[in-house]
Amino acid sequence: MLVTARWVAGRSLKHAFKNPAILVPSILFPLVFLLAFAGGLSSVGDTPGFTFRSGYTSFQFVFVFLQAAAFGGIFAGLGIAVAFETGFAQRLLLAAPRRSGILLGFLAAGLVRYMVTAVMITVVGLLAGMEVDGTAPQFLALVALGLVTNAAATLFSLGYCLRVQSVAAAPAMQTPIFLTLFLAPVYVPLSLLDGWIHAVASWNPLTALLEAGRGFISGAPDHSALAFGLGFALVAVMGLWAVRGLRRAEAGEA
Amino acid sequence: MSGLAAQVGWVARRSIRRSLRQPAIVMPAIVFPLVLLAVNSGGLEAATKLPGFPTTSYLDFAIAVCFLQGALFATTTSGTELAHDIETGFLSRLSLTPLRPVAVLVGQVAGAVTIGVIGSTLYLVVGLIAGVRIEAGPGGVVVLAALILLICVGFAGIGAFMGLRTGSGEAVQGVFPLMFVLFFLSSINLPRDLIEVDWFRTIATWNPISYLVEALRSLIITGWDGTALWRGFAVAAAFVVIGFAAARSALLARMERT
Repeated sequence: MLVTARWVAGRSLKHAFKNPAILVPSILFPLVFLLAFAGGLSSVGDTPGFTFRSGYTSFQFVFVFLQAAAFGGIFAGLGIAVAFETGFAQRLLLAAPRRSGILLGFLAAGLVRYMVTAVMITVVGLLAGMEVDGTAPQFLALVALGLVTNAAATLFSLGYCLRVQSVAAAPAMQTPIFLTLFLAPVYVPLSLLDGWIHAVASWNPLTALLEAGRGFISGAPDHSALAFGLGFALVAVMGLWAVRGLRRAEAGEA
Repeated sequence: MSGLAAQVGWVARRSIRRSLRQPAIVMPAIVFPLVLLAVNSGGLEAATKLPGFPTTSYLDFAIAVCFLQGALFATTTSGTELAHDIETGFLSRLSLTPLRPVAVLVGQVAGAVTIGVIGSTLYLVVGLIAGVRIEAGPGGVVVLAALILLICVGFAGIGAFMGLRTGSGEAVQGVFPLMFVLFFLSSINLPRDLIEVDWFRTIATWNPISYLVEALRSLIITGWDGTALWRGFAVAAAFVVIGFAAARSALLARMERT
């Protein structure tokens, strides 16, 4: 299984790094969001009741960091849809001794790609004046949260693409991720949201991840256990979804 | 002249029918801006408490962005449709007919502009139902509609240029992120005088998108603001002139090659 995973991950990464059209948008979009939100909306940090101590750039950095993880996962999983369209995936299914290695390979490639994006966002964030009040282990915990989010999104994307087997699946996958992300406390803390969006954000699992991430960067951890619990639960559920998708593809049901 | 009008009408009818028959083009252009409006107006409502914020409702402030997003879809729609016609050889066959280039160009963007106009009408209706008040009154709605139409035409012209220049739908889609960057580095989320970060405010001041959104927004939250309106109409007109001049030149070059 590991041999298959390593080969699939290597091929996927080589393809991504050789094609700027694939890699650049996944890096460019989070950077634009970071600059637009942290730069254009910085005065939102002066809103009465906004008490996040590390400043608005750090507040937005955590959102963009997790957003990049989620969308990076979607794009990484899309690789298998491309493979189906070219006929490569069918050959891969025939040749792989342990097919679950295919999932593991795409998952690993997604994580590596996300790490590249995460480094870029962090560098730009620091250049833009982001303050990190948390300790090094707390920052690593934020990175871990990003990796868990990326893994869950990649597995969701793989499961979907294994069923649809077409790149046309991309918009349908992006919509629920987009909604989940933006129905969380993106611009201000949960306590400053009112009405229906407060109710929805309170039940949104991403809210716990965001609050935990913001807690890590400000050095005041908040909801950490809940966030990791939810994150690992998401990975487990999406892993099951991806494995069942693989079984359907093997059976030729898609 | 009537001959030219008939030619434009023929190409436009085909373009409109083709665009409206594709839910994958129509639905995102209508749904996406409305979802963003709902999310942003809820999430950024707290920003209205900032001293100097021009309105007490972020919904009133944000609805103008919807119109611009709808127009942005016009850019990619017109570019992708034209590129598709190039890829399938339709434009080459068209260039062998007595159709005048201007008829081809104006007619081809009609579908994208129609989707932009339908979308904008829906955003306005949904906004009014949700409680948006147009400070400039019924006359303001007419001016708003005229400006939106001009913006859609201008953006569709830019899209047509990209489609004709590249001849590839994929390449046109690849330009979308650049337009997206232009949007986010403007005053779409906050008034320019409330943007604290100097470099961002400078970019937003030089960014023509800021003047389009500020003109649309002025009719909704201020009333009649002559300065904002003339700037908005001037920028929209510049988009039309530059977009169609560039598209015409690209079309002639492509027809010559054919």
